[in-house]
Amino acid sequence: MQQFPCPFCGLRDEREFHFAGEAGKTRPDTTKEISDADWTTYLYYCTNAKGPSREIWVHTTCQEYFVMTRDTVSMEVLSTEALNEDAA
Amino acid sequence: MTRHYSALSLLREGLKGHTGWAPLWRSPAPKDTYDVVIVGGGGHGLATAYYLAKNHGVTNVAVIEKGWLGGGNTGRNTTVIRSNYFYPESTALYDLSVRLYEGLSRDINYNVMFSQRGMMVLAHSDAEMELAARTVNAMQLGGADAELLDGKEVQKKAPVLNFRDDARYPIHGAIFQGRGGTGRHDAVAWGYARAADRLGVDIIQNCEVTGFLIEGGVCKGVETSQGLIRSGSVGVATAGHSSVLAEMGGYKLPLHSYALQAFVTEAIKPFMDTVAFSPMTGSYFSQSDKGGLVIGGGLDRVPSYGQRGNTPTQETVLAGIIDMAPALAKVKLLRHWAGIVDVSPDSSPLIGPSGTEGIYINCGWGTGGFKAIPAGGYLFAHLLANGAHHDISRPFDPGRFNTGHLIDEAAGSGIAH
Repeated sequence: MQQFPCPFCGLRDEREFHFAGEAGKTRPDTTKEISDADWTTYLYYCTNAKGPSREIWVHTTCQEYFVMTRDTVSMEVLSTEALNEDAA
Repeated sequence: MTRHYSALSLLREGLKGHTGWAPLWRSPAPKDTYDVVIVGGGGHGLATAYYLAKNHGVTNVAVIEKGWLGGGNTGRNTTVIRSNYFYPESTALYDLSVRLYEGLSRDINYNVMFSQRGMMVLAHSDAEMELAARTVNAMQLGGADAELLDGKEVQKKAPVLNFRDDARYPIHGAIFQGRGGTGRHDAVAWGYARAADRLGVDIIQNCEVTGFLIEGGVCKGVETSQGLIRSGSVGVATAGHSSVLAEMGGYKLPLHSYALQAFVTEAIKPFMDTVAFSPMTGSYFSQSDKGGLVIGGGLDRVPSYGQRGNTPTQETVLAGIIDMAPALAKVKLLRHWAGIVDVSPDSSPLIGPSGTEGIYINCGWGTGGFKAIPAGGYLFAHLLANGAHHDISRPFDPGRFNTGHLIDEAAGSGIAH
C-alpha cells in the first residue's frame, strides 16, 4: 500500500485520497458568451500526461483539497502543496 | 510452405515432421510511403488493416507497433465478448462485433476459440431486477439476444455462486446473454495479423512512432525509430496511450488513462461454464479452458500509465469474487497484471477524425476494447478508406462532446469503464 503526503495531515494511506482532476483548468467566465468548443474543452478535454502530472486531490478524511504533482508511470509523489489563490 | 490451416494440412505437415509451416507473418523493413499507416499493433490496429485490405481493397498499408503484436491490452484483458449494453447505438456497435466474432475463425482461417458460453450480469435486489428487465428489453429492441433469469435459473446455471441465506448480496436473478462468452485473446491478434499479412499488409514490430510529419497543418506521415514513413492518412489505435500520440499530433482528447487489473488462479476442476459479473461488487470471473479462473474487476482509483497491479484494487476485486463464490476463498492466484485503458467521459469509444487533418482516431474503449476488436477494425477501416463514417460508427464521432449527444453507458448499463 502506498502512502501519500497530505499537506495538512502528513503521510496517510493512499485509500484516504481521491483524485479530483487535472490542475490548471479555469472555468470559463459564465457572465460572458461561451462557445460550445470552450465549454467542451473545459468540461471534457484533458492532458492525461504520461510522466509528471500536476493534479488536484482531496484528502477525504480531512476534506482538504490540495495540489499533488506525481509521476503517472512510477506513481511517485513529487510534491504536494496546499491550494492558495495563485495555485492551480 | 503450408499456409492454409485445415485438418488436411495438419495431417500432411504431421507426416512431414511439421517442417513446412510458413511463418504467420513477414517482418518487412518499412517502405517509404503507404496509403494508410496504422499506429498500434493490437487487436484494433490489426483488425483495421485486415478489413482495409479485405473490404476496401486498400492493401498498401503498414501497421506500426512499438513493442510486439498484442502486447498491450489485447494480451492483458479477461477475454470476455458480449453486447449487453443499453443504448441502441451501443447495441448496434457491440453486436456487430459479436456477429463478426461468430464468423471470425472461418473468415481469417485461424481458431480464435470463441466459446459462446453465455454471460450473466447478476441482480441483487427487486429494484435491480426491474432495471435488469429494462436492460433486457433494450437489448432485444436493439437486436441482441437477452434473457431475464430468476434466482433459480441462475442457480441452475452456476450453482457455485453465493446462494447462502446470509449472503451480503443475495442473487435475485440475472441478465443473460447466451451468445456472449470468451475468446482466445492472443489468437485474435495473431489471426488478424496473419490474415492482413496475406493480403499484403506490412506489419512492422519494434518500431516506435516518435512524431507526426505535419506539412501545412496536414499529417503526411509518421516519424519512427526506423525512419520517416510517408502516408496518405494515419489511423491511431493505441488505447491507453492515445493521449501521448495526441500530444505529438497536436490534437486533444477527452480521455483519462487508468490501470485495469486482472488475475488468474491456479487450475481447478470444472467450476463454472459461463461468465458471471456482479455489478454490486464490480467483480466478474470465468473459467479458462486450462481450468484457471480468469478474474476481473473495476478500474483503479487513480489515473495511471503504470502497467502493473497494486493492492487497494486487488483487495476490492478479490473480496468481490469471494462474496460471489465463497468456495473460491482458498484458491491461489497464479498471476496478476494490469493494462492501461483509456476512459472517455461517457464510457463510449471515439471513432473519427482527430482534429488534425490526416489523422484518424480509434480509442476510448475503456475496459471493453477486446470484445469490440472486430467492429472497431471494421468501422475504422471504413472510415480510413472512405474518409466518412459507417452508419454504426457515426454516433461515436468525437464531435459528440461538442454537440452534447453523449452515449452514456456508465449510466445506461452500469458498466465500470
